[in-house]
Amino acid sequence: MKLYCLSGHPTLPCNVLKFKSTTIMLDCGLDMTSTLNFLPLPLVQSPRLSNLPGWSLKDGNAFLDKELKECSGHVFVDSVPEFCLPETELIDLSTVDVILISNYHCMMALPYITEHTGFTGTVYATEPTVQIGRLLMEELVNFIERVPKAQLASLWKNKDIQRLLPSPLKDAVEVSTWRSCYSMQEVNSALSKIQLVGYSQKIELFGAVQVTPLSSGYALGSSNWIIQSHYEKVSYVSGSSLLTTHPQPMDQASLKNSDVLILTGLTQIPTANPDGMVGEFCSNLALTVRNGGNVLVPCYPSGVIYDLLECLYQYIDSAGLSSIPFYFISPVANSSLEFSQIFAEWLCHNKQTKVYLPEPPFPHAELIQTNKLKHYPSIHGDFSNDFRQPCVVFTGHPSLRFGDVVHFMELWGKSSLNTVIFTEPDFSYLEALAPYQPLAMKCIYCPIDTRLNFIQVSKLLKEVQPLHVVCPEQYTQPPPAQSHRMDLMIDCQPPAMSYRRAEVLALPFKRRYEKIEIMPELADSLVPMEIKPGISLATVSAVLHTKDNKHILQPPPRPTQPTGGKKRKRASDDIPDCKVLKPLLSGSIPVDQFVQTLEKHGFSDIKVEDTAKGHIVLLQEAETLIQIEEDSTHIICDNDEMLRVRLRDLVLKFLQKF
Amino acid sequence: MDPGCSRLLPALCAALADPRQPVADDTCLEKLLDWLQTVTEAGSSLLLLQENPCLVELLFHVVKSQDLSSRILAFSLRLAGMFAAQETCFQYLQGELLPMLFGEAGPLGGAAWTAPTVRSGWVQGLRALAQHPSALRFLAACGAVDTIFSLQGDSSLFVASAAGQLLVHVLDLAMRGPAEGHCGPQAHAWPACAQEIVCHIEASLRSTATPQVAQALNVLTTAFGHYHGLWMQGLWVRLSPLVARLLERDPVPAAHSLVDLLLSVARSAGPSPDGGLWETLAQTLSRLSPTQAGPLALGILQLQGCPQALRTQAFGRLLQPLACVLKAAAQAPGPPGLPEGAAGDSVTVDTLLSSKSACVGLLCCALAHLELLQPLPQRPSPWPQAPLLGAAVTILRFCNGSASPTSDVGGRLCTILVGCARVQRAALDFLGVLSQETGPQEPVTQVFAILLEYLVSPDSSPMVLKKAFQATLRWLLRPPRAPGCCDLDPHPQLFLGELLPVLQKRLCSPCWEVRDSGLEFLTQVTRSWGGQAGFRHALLASEVPELTRQLLRDPESYVRASAVTATGQLSSQGLHAPPASPEHPGVQQSLLEELLHILSTDAEGFPRRAVMQVFTEWLRDGHADVAEDPEQFVARVLQAASRDLDWEVRAQGLELALVFLEQVLGQRGSRCAYAVALPEAAPPGTLAQALRALCRVQLFEFAFRALFDCDRPVAQKSCELLLFLRAKAAPYGSPQDAGGSPDVASVEATLQRWQAGEQGQPLGHLEPGAVMAVLKSLDLEGLRDTLAESSDHVEKSPQSLLQDMLASVGVLSENEADCY
Repeated sequence: MKLYCLSGHPTLPCNVLKFKSTTIMLDCGLDMTSTLNFLPLPLVQSPRLSNLPGWSLKDGNAFLDKELKECSGHVFVDSVPEFCLPETELIDLSTVDVILISNYHCMMALPYITEHTGFTGTVYATEPTVQIGRLLMEELVNFIERVPKAQLASLWKNKDIQRLLPSPLKDAVEVSTWRSCYSMQEVNSALSKIQLVGYSQKIELFGAVQVTPLSSGYALGSSNWIIQSHYEKVSYVSGSSLLTTHPQPMDQASLKNSDVLILTGLTQIPTANPDGMVGEFCSNLALTVRNGGNVLVPCYPSGVIYDLLECLYQYIDSAGLSSIPFYFISPVANSSLEFSQIFAEWLCHNKQTKVYLPEPPFPHAELIQTNKLKHYPSIHGDFSNDFRQPCVVFTGHPSLRFGDVVHFMELWGKSSLNTVIFTEPDFSYLEALAPYQPLAMKCIYCPIDTRLNFIQVSKLLKEVQPLHVVCPEQYTQPPPAQSHRMDLMIDCQPPAMSYRRAEVLALPFKRRYEKIEIMPELADSLVPMEIKPGISLATVSAVLHTKDNKHILQPPPRPTQPTGGKKRKRASDDIPDCKVLKPLLSGSIPVDQFVQTLEKHGFSDIKVEDTAKGHIVLLQEAETLIQIEEDSTHIICDNDEMLRVRLRDLVLKFLQKF
Repeated sequence: MDPGCSRLLPALCAALADPRQPVADDTCLEKLLDWLQTVTEAGSSLLLLQENPCLVELLFHVVKSQDLSSRILAFSLRLAGMFAAQETCFQYLQGELLPMLFGEAGPLGGAAWTAPTVRSGWVQGLRALAQHPSALRFLAACGAVDTIFSLQGDSSLFVASAAGQLLVHVLDLAMRGPAEGHCGPQAHAWPACAQEIVCHIEASLRSTATPQVAQALNVLTTAFGHYHGLWMQGLWVRLSPLVARLLERDPVPAAHSLVDLLLSVARSAGPSPDGGLWETLAQTLSRLSPTQAGPLALGILQLQGCPQALRTQAFGRLLQPLACVLKAAAQAPGPPGLPEGAAGDSVTVDTLLSSKSACVGLLCCALAHLELLQPLPQRPSPWPQAPLLGAAVTILRFCNGSASPTSDVGGRLCTILVGCARVQRAALDFLGVLSQETGPQEPVTQVFAILLEYLVSPDSSPMVLKKAFQATLRWLLRPPRAPGCCDLDPHPQLFLGELLPVLQKRLCSPCWEVRDSGLEFLTQVTRSWGGQAGFRHALLASEVPELTRQLLRDPESYVRASAVTATGQLSSQGLHAPPASPEHPGVQQSLLEELLHILSTDAEGFPRRAVMQVFTEWLRDGHADVAEDPEQFVARVLQAASRDLDWEVRAQGLELALVFLEQVLGQRGSRCAYAVALPEAAPPGTLAQALRALCRVQLFEFAFRALFDCDRPVAQKSCELLLFLRAKAAPYGSPQDAGGSPDVASVEATLQRWQAGEQGQPLGHLEPGAVMAVLKSLDLEGLRDTLAESSDHVEKSPQSLLQDMLASVGVLSENEADCY
């Protein structure tokens, strides 16, 4: 069993598991942090961004000044943003049989894999995962395509040139594999390969293994996966949460008794408690708005935003913010808000019960109804007519490199009355803000990551007790900035096996058993013999028939009677000669009694030696050794076949035959 | 006993003795016993029994009857014990009844004995009975002592505990009298009964079973805690070697009980005890585990006359967990600065690291013990203020993950403590207590830094945050180092600059508890610092006053109440926000109007009560808005308060009325509130003027209504107020003799209707003369006496009790009849 690690990002995993005869890809995350190296794509012409000076080498050589621009001491690539794909060279991706998706954030690289690698398999995911994943992809494609950029920078990627660049460009990894965004056509084609599954549904893969999605409690439709055969169980835990937010709670019990538990997608901010962060978010929002400032919340169009809107729904009246407009701007804003209300079966119990009242499960419906929350596909059109300040704007993309957020950063960045509040944990907020410097607006970092923290992981592992834990290497040591925080790492016994990008891991357990079915007529013919109370043995002569990874013992064909010389059978029809079967032996040889028997039969001068594995009986006169071990007995005597046979018969007296 | 009760008693005894008429309520039997106890204490029990033979008949009936309920049996045992407490009565009952109740022929060992109530009744009966030498002989004769021994291990904790106490009581009874004073440790000199008990205790102390050892120790603890006979010294000399021998066992059995005993002995022994007590204490201190040793160390430090060496050892033991923490966090090796003996030993370290619960428990106990010790006069001196501050700060740093220990122990502690709210709360409390000390300045900077970290951190839970606010307040308000200095110390002043933005954010928290603690903090800090220029300047430059005012409309009533108090306080100090209404920027509503609005419209009681308190303070302190026209202010407030459904608001209204009364009639002087005796009379001219003012604000209507209020505290307060007023005005008579005017008659008629509960009718306009006449005609003293009685004084009489009990059994029997 092997694990091919194609992504080094612990929360955007992409691994391939070879298990029995199947090749299973676990998630398909796309690392978008690469976009932080690029200049933002402004929706409206930005004189500031377009007038940034080109960057030149120390020696004054300016051949890169079209590709690289300098802003407040940082250098950015002036090009269409590109993403860092999972490793494609480590394993032939056309051999992947299935892809299991755990949540909508972990499927963003899907079009790259399904459309460009010769992949012919099936993708499994839950319905909300697919629908919301589609929204995220659609938003991404829209953000990038609506600001066409003539230039595609590639010079800087040259290895010799990259060395000369300042950090972080100099240290960016695998830049040659970075790719620009896929198209909507590729998205549609990739999504058409997905087969929808429900929680606890058992899906047979080629008869060899069974895969089952389980609720992981992190997002709508998010799943962990169980991959099991008759005798082995691998659990894949990716992006799980034990907090009470909107999704169905995590199913922990089904993860018990795993041989291997692959653990990815823990919280990215283990020191920030989501409740505290929500409090910070609300307080800072209220303080800004009270002072007449605007609040910008860069976010994804689905996920934590639902919980934030719910908190604000309860909070705005108490904070006297009822008259402040909330705007949600995304090409998929409307679909996201509406989808959230229709996936009732994937929601937590409280929200499910609301549906039967009937009430919308999320209170943002009421916010929309009372005109407190308004949503728009973009800043163009209706929004510009309705826009009132001070206000709160939720919009993407959290990287601040594309999407409507770029416009608001340019618009509000100059005033210290305004605040940008970062709630998504995927991007470093300082790096995200770098191309907007100098910035007067206030920045608040309230990352809300509801995924498991290390205390919860340690409780989870104690409860489900897997034999082995496999996780990204980042989880096996404290974060570099807080090296003394030994509580911020996985602590389990035996220690977790760690992986990094482009590594192949041999998983530390061997398959020892395979299930074989026996045909009823063959079973009927068996004559078991009890050798110990409760244990019976029978000899079986059969043909092992294997098809679709299922093994069946069938009765051997009857030996045909020889029918004279005329009708000769073809050689291929010949059945193998069934040799006369020697009886099978069982039992053990008590050495003392055996020695007595030897003495009775006239052997003298017998010496017994104990060895690590058993005994050696030495017949000194006859220069013969009888080596008795747990699972073998050897008689070693030179050139005296008679003696050997005599001794053999004496040995056999102690054993049962059948 | 009064004749009424005597008449009812036979019927009640008959009912109690009737198994078909079960008593529904245990508390009736308790009340009956209480009443009979007072009767027997007042006179002769023998006489009581002779005058009321039904009582003895009841006891005889109980003895003979087989099918009585266990509660009646228990009641009878206690009743008999109570009567037999007097020796004459004991002699009267001894012949037949007492052995049948308490001896082997009684419930002892029978089916009834399985009920814990009966066993408890038996023990309590004997406890009451054992008051005289004859009782001792009785106990010996009926073999009760052995039963008491076995009851010490009873499955019911109440019975077991009562048995232990009874044993001590019997021992005390046996040792008192002629034997007292001659009891050395020598066994032969002791009375037989005492000898038997002490031997039993000795055997228990030698036992290998921990529960038995614990029983013996508990009995001895009770003895030393509650009895002070001369024989106690002899007892200790005799038993102390056995107690000391317990320390040789590993682990020390029943350590908690042992600690209780040793401290009990030490407290009862006085400054110079015999029997090597100090040595035993020292030995115990070193033998017990860190968790067990904490309470002992604290107890030793609270003792008077304890040798210095032992005190040093105890203090060291108490400080050990903190020493371990300091050592674990130390960047460079070196003494942490704690007194000798506190150095963290390996056992303490092991305990700290053994599990999260052990670590948290030990640290919380250590902090709580030191917190208790700090304010005591006998606390160790010199008090290690700086290292203790360092330890508290270090623990708080471990808990919020900002410590960066280099040692293994530190790393492990960090993992255990990070995010632990219980330890955070304990450490913040302790830190607050340490503010009362003076010490070097350097750690103070650290204290303010860590407090700010906790106040800022989004991870601080509401409870932790509250504690952080409380600790901050204590540190901010601690007495200035330079006496007479009129402005703030530099530290708090600097700190304030960082604190106010945090407070601002906390006042916007979505969690109401946080908003509430923030407001409480603001109120208290303003109360103390309102006059300090530095504070005023910083506060007015911040948005805190405006946010506070906005919280008057908070959806949570507790927060509204705190906001009312805070704005009231800010306004008193001239620190309130400029009035602004977001909906109607043109309309400016004064704070007074806003608070009046809350008083008359808020659906919850807390904000309204808070408004009344603020108004009372404003009136008392002469707040500018009030001083403009106090009469109108009082009139409006009283009008709003009189309609309030919350009695506390109405009571507070009377408080405000009283303040106004004092202001118009002159101070009541330094006498305690509501003292009516000999107030200074007001001169007649002023009085007439004052009374007219009181009439204008309709204070009398408010007070008269309150006089007949359905809530007693309001009525009492009003009564006191009117008495005060009458006394103040009485010497001069009424301005006009209006005693017979029709006005007075109509007022009196209205008051009578009010008293009858019809409070709908208004009193109308009142003239001072009529008021004085009404005041004179009212029997305020009588009313005060009636109100002073508790509301159930009629129902509490013994006759009422007996009637109730009879009625309840009567009802039962009627129901029974209905069934046929």
